[in-house]
Amino acid sequence: MNENNLLKVENLRTEFKISRKKSVAAISDVTFEIDKGEIVGLVGESGCGKSVTSLSIIRLLNDTSGEITHGSVWFKGNNLLKLSDEEMRHIRGKEIAMIFQEPMTSLNPVLRIDNQLIEAIQLHTEYTKQEARKHALETLRSVGIPDPERVSRCYPHQLSGGMSQRVMIAMAMSCYPDLLIADEPTTALDVTIQAQILDLMQGIRNTRGTSILLITHDLGIVAETCSRVYVMYAGRIIEEAPVDILFSNPSHPYTQGLIASIPKLGLEAESLPFIPGSVPDITMMPGGCRFHPRCRYATEICSQKEPELISINESQKCRCWLKTSEYSIKTENGESRK
Amino acid sequence: MQTSTFIDQPIKKAESRAKYYFRKFFQRKTAVIAAVIILIFLFFAIFGPQIAPFDPSLPDYDNLYGAPDAVHWFGTDEFGRDVLSRLLVGTRNSLGVSLASVLIGAAIGTFLGVLAGYYGGIIDSIVMRGSDILFAMPDILLAIAIVAIIGPGIINVVIAVAVFTIPSFARIMRSATLSVKSSLYVEAARSIGCKNSRILWVHIFPSTVQSMIVNFTMRIGTAILAAASLSFLGYGAKVDEPDWGAMLSSGRNYLDIAPHLVYFPGLLIFIAVLAFNLLGDGLRDTLDPKLK
Repeated sequence: MNENNLLKVENLRTEFKISRKKSVAAISDVTFEIDKGEIVGLVGESGCGKSVTSLSIIRLLNDTSGEITHGSVWFKGNNLLKLSDEEMRHIRGKEIAMIFQEPMTSLNPVLRIDNQLIEAIQLHTEYTKQEARKHALETLRSVGIPDPERVSRCYPHQLSGGMSQRVMIAMAMSCYPDLLIADEPTTALDVTIQAQILDLMQGIRNTRGTSILLITHDLGIVAETCSRVYVMYAGRIIEEAPVDILFSNPSHPYTQGLIASIPKLGLEAESLPFIPGSVPDITMMPGGCRFHPRCRYATEICSQKEPELISINESQKCRCWLKTSEYSIKTENGESRK
Repeated sequence: MQTSTFIDQPIKKAESRAKYYFRKFFQRKTAVIAAVIILIFLFFAIFGPQIAPFDPSLPDYDNLYGAPDAVHWFGTDEFGRDVLSRLLVGTRNSLGVSLASVLIGAAIGTFLGVLAGYYGGIIDSIVMRGSDILFAMPDILLAIAIVAIIGPGIINVVIAVAVFTIPSFARIMRSATLSVKSSLYVEAARSIGCKNSRILWVHIFPSTVQSMIVNFTMRIGTAILAAASLSFLGYGAKVDEPDWGAMLSSGRNYLDIAPHLVYFPGLLIFIAVLAFNLLGDGLRDTLDPKLK
């Protein structure tokens, strides 16, 4: 493990009970890592397991029927999955904070902004209420809220979406966590505000060195902010690549399909390319590679056996038989596999 | 990227919640009238003994079963006591018993319901099955059973009515808690490391208070009726105490010669229960966010 590593998720598998005896794996074999000060993207369609991954990392699945059945989450050398609930509570908010998709509903409607911030601060510091209030106002100012005094006395319904998301970020950042998990932080916002929020998050990374796990379905956001990207499909990570390579040379047929379906400026096409079919139902996952029913390169082996996520060059990993066979041909010529 | 567009966005000018609810409430005439009637009753409950024209327990043997006239507006009873004065003084008893019992029942029921909704599992099962059992019995029968066990008397009536008030609050608060529990801001609170107890009472409970207030008002009407019924059956206030139910009870013996002994207490109970129910309806309409 390199020294810069902050979070390392290994073979994570989270299952949801769907009946008394049956459970399905929403995510499995999820492995990824985040370095200090890095912004990493986790991309995928709705229902591919992005949010489950993030909730699994900070263990917020208790309210659902979800359960982490396998794997480990190494954060600063500790396995978060082995911590007690009480120890985990001290990690949440202090070491790992989270912001959510809908800022308007992420704030408690019956509490004033200042009280919510003070609460977050006092949970993890020894500050008195006065000190916490001062710190809250500073944090609000640092996320670009022009008149913190006034905003802090507002109720959430008096704020706009962008403003609320800034408050949420302020709340998440108030204890200077090392990792910020942003679960679709800009989806509910309009485009100009989106850009501002992304700028703000990059600013936070630059000044505080906070690592950010950015979960999104928007490849545009990924291109703008992330350095590395993990692409998820049907509960699996199917590709890992630095952001420029992902866009210039996507390796997995799914990623290729996604990139191809981004409309290009100046290109007049009758219709955009698309990936046929839809994401499989979690209870009826196809055997073999989970993408094979939609994949135009699918061969026989794709429907029989699931490929592993393997390195295809120094920086890129892919879970596809196409790449695997190239690799195995190479290994047959003398190099040993692993 | 400049942030001026963002800064220019004004904070929405919103009237305060209290103001908004008041405005909504005053649009409902029946609820306002009900509220006024309840205020009058509360005034009687507090100042009844001071404004009563006669001593409520002073007998006047020259004037037994007196029909309503200019002196005794509501007539006199079998001992010649002024019915109006007894009703005024009895307001405190009747309202007091119902308020106290609903307060106790609401406190216990709310506590149990919120816990059941939040923690689920075994706590939920115990609380909900317990309320199912209480619900299965008719209210008044349950109250009679309780009073039969712990003995008659005002305090015991309060306890009995409180007990059958518990399950309705437990159920309502449980479902309110369930719906708030899954909201994003509760998850957000958990994501900053809040304790369960704090999430429960600071983040969830305030959002469920609306349902509690409405049910509270509604249940007072039921409690007045229940307390009066228990007194009527002789389990509550002593027969000679000024109490609406007890007056109704003793008056029924003279229904054929002095019907006013039954009319006026009955009418008062009717008006009080109706007023609380109408107020409850009005509050429900006002506070229900779906009707905004």
